[in-house]
Amino acid sequence: MQKDLAVRVLSGAAAFGTVLALSACGSGFGGNAASTGSGAAGGGGGLTSSSSALTVMIGSSGNAETNAVKSAVADWSKSSGTKATVIAASNLDQQLAQGFAAKKPADVFYLSTGSLAGYAANGSLLAYGDQLKDTSDFYPTLVKSFTYNNKLYCAPKDFSTLQLVINTDMWKAAGLTDSDYPKTWDQLEAVSKKLTTGKQTGLVVSGQYERLGAFMVEAGGNLMNADSTQATANSAANVQALTYAKKLLNDGAMKFAADVGASWGGEALGKGLTAMTIEGNWITGGMQSDYPNIKYKVIPLPSGPKGQGTLEFTNCWGIAADSPNQAAALKLVEQLTTKSDQLGFAKAFGVMPSIQSAADSWKQEYPQLAPFLEAAAYAQGVPAAKGSAAVVSDLDSKLGSLAKSDPKTLLDETQKNLQALLK
Amino acid sequence: MSANAVRSRSGIHGHETASGWLFTGPVLFLLGLFLVIPVLMALWVSFSDWGGRGSPFSAGVHFIGFDNYSKLLAGGGLAEQDFGTSLRNNAWYVVLVVPLQTALSLFLAVLVNRAVLRGRGFFRTAFYFPSVTSSVAITVLWLFLFSSTGSVNKLLSYIGITGPNWFNEPSGILHDLLGVFGVQNGPAFLTGGTFLGISWWDWLAGPSVAMSAYIIMGIFTTSGTFMLLFIAALQNLDRDVTEAAMVDGANGWQRFWQVTLPQLRPTLFTVLTLGLIGCWQVFDQIYTGTQGAPDKTTLTPAYLSYQAAFQDQGWGQGAAIAFILFVIIVFFTLFQRWVLRERKVSRRKMRPYLSVGTGSSGVPAGAAAAGPPPTPDGERR
Repeated sequence: MQKDLAVRVLSGAAAFGTVLALSACGSGFGGNAASTGSGAAGGGGGLTSSSSALTVMIGSSGNAETNAVKSAVADWSKSSGTKATVIAASNLDQQLAQGFAAKKPADVFYLSTGSLAGYAANGSLLAYGDQLKDTSDFYPTLVKSFTYNNKLYCAPKDFSTLQLVINTDMWKAAGLTDSDYPKTWDQLEAVSKKLTTGKQTGLVVSGQYERLGAFMVEAGGNLMNADSTQATANSAANVQALTYAKKLLNDGAMKFAADVGASWGGEALGKGLTAMTIEGNWITGGMQSDYPNIKYKVIPLPSGPKGQGTLEFTNCWGIAADSPNQAAALKLVEQLTTKSDQLGFAKAFGVMPSIQSAADSWKQEYPQLAPFLEAAAYAQGVPAAKGSAAVVSDLDSKLGSLAKSDPKTLLDETQKNLQALLK
Repeated sequence: MSANAVRSRSGIHGHETASGWLFTGPVLFLLGLFLVIPVLMALWVSFSDWGGRGSPFSAGVHFIGFDNYSKLLAGGGLAEQDFGTSLRNNAWYVVLVVPLQTALSLFLAVLVNRAVLRGRGFFRTAFYFPSVTSSVAITVLWLFLFSSTGSVNKLLSYIGITGPNWFNEPSGILHDLLGVFGVQNGPAFLTGGTFLGISWWDWLAGPSVAMSAYIIMGIFTTSGTFMLLFIAALQNLDRDVTEAAMVDGANGWQRFWQVTLPQLRPTLFTVLTLGLIGCWQVFDQIYTGTQGAPDKTTLTPAYLSYQAAFQDQGWGQGAAIAFILFVIIVFFTLFQRWVLRERKVSRRKMRPYLSVGTGSSGVPAGAAAAGPPPTPDGERR
């Protein structure tokens, strides 16, 4: 359900900008592709090499994303001479799994943090991280998300973070000014209460770890440590975070999106059901296409007891171990993670580049979204241990009734389930 | 002449065997290739540690005995808990859908089978319509109807009821009912013990509000199909028996319960069996609808099996769930067969007839029995 929600959210974000995508991706390409081609040793490092065409499988959020990737891959094909086709999977998990089982997988594909460990463990993935020319440019936390058994398995494709998004009209109507932007949990609670009137709730978020987890990071916790080698779900920090969220819920200052009849925070914001929500940078597309009249502003989430914190979400470019042409696949991935390609993708479907050298250009282009990118300094990833996706979705299913349950008991359960994965 | 005939006959028989194999061969081959072998392969996967890459018969795949099964049935972890939850959900689905859809389809069949009904064709089509519509389309329709601002809640609001947020409401309806009487938590003997990772109290929660919407949908979509079966059976009934019952003075109600229904037993068996099998395999609705949400109360074993295999890459576990589900279905089918078996009329029920036979009392059989009169064919259930 959560994955589905993310897809829906992203598809909203992708509904605009197809034209932009085509023009942007076409521009910065030729030169870069040529340099990649000359730089990498053809077929070196024990990679398979052949003349076979590449298949690129993506879990697309919509036409904008599909077209952007298609045009980027086509440009690479033209300059490298290797044919490549892009398939927009209707169900990426399922189609990838079928490909691996049949030993005829796509050569290059999107891979989520949650699936990485599973596929890495059964040998489906090529651990090509050490053969990338430059991995130091990727944000370190993203690299950590795709490292399994101390090996970097795949190059981070892009990433997104969570921040606080507020409806500026409601903000003004409540008599609040720029100086009232909440900096602490107490201030967030105060403005949430102030913004709660009649049918309008101060803060509406999706009732899941993928949003409330930001509070955990602010309190100094998270479900697992950064390497996903240790379960820390029932830490005092996490209990504190959920207790805080529960208090907001019980005060009526915060509600879950499902409880106000919205499928996600952006919808609640768009329909005027809430003055604030916690969402990622994908919200811009959804707002532009569905609710163009709502004025909003993105500000950093308030600091918790342990300072600033938020969650980040990312995907990577996987290469199949069974691919007959890994050398070409690697070159394609190197091209797709260059600054010019990533900025093109950013323009097309609202993601943020995974490399630090593209940060300044991105911020210049989207100054109003800068808080999302600045969060890279303090954001943390979601658990990546094998099987953790199931545990997180179990926690998500229980967080829906957080208002009525005991945070410690809830987290103890998750702790037990995470520990079972590490045995 | 006769010797000739014998020889030719044996020749014919010899050809019959050969041509018999020739004609069944292709089907046997196809069945083996596409049914028996895949099933056996899946069985092997459920006993192996196959990770989903390449053939499950390759060298790196090991036999791990009942590991996958024990994780589900006694693992104590999330796998067991999820499996228990899915069984709980589906059991309630079966308990409610099977009897209700059978009763409704029989009722509809009797209704549209009456010769006096005008526009029979229209009603038959109308009742059958949900069955021919794709379950995906109906699920989408249901998501609209039962949304928090949907038509169902609108209707409820006319009679002063604030409808729930159907597909987001994880509370069990039995628990809700008890909550009305102030019972919030179960007694210690129910909350203390667990079965498959779920406390007894939670097993008894009843279907969640979200699952109830699916239950209504299940009844809505399948009763049309089963109505057809019942119509066919009703039209094949022996009218003589019914007429005989009329002559004996049985009223319409008695005729239905004691003459018609017993004769429908083979159809009833078919409907119950098909219903039972179908209800234990709920998948499309869940996949296109809620995918287990809210709070896993619409998770079913069939969907869990898919999720375990394709999304969490636990292929062995997914196959194991499928085979446990298979065992459950076979068990319930056999159980149902046993319940509906042809029974000999008990000696107690036979006594009035026997006494008539010996002529010792001379009291008519029907009058002697204290209960309702026995059916003309001497069978009563």
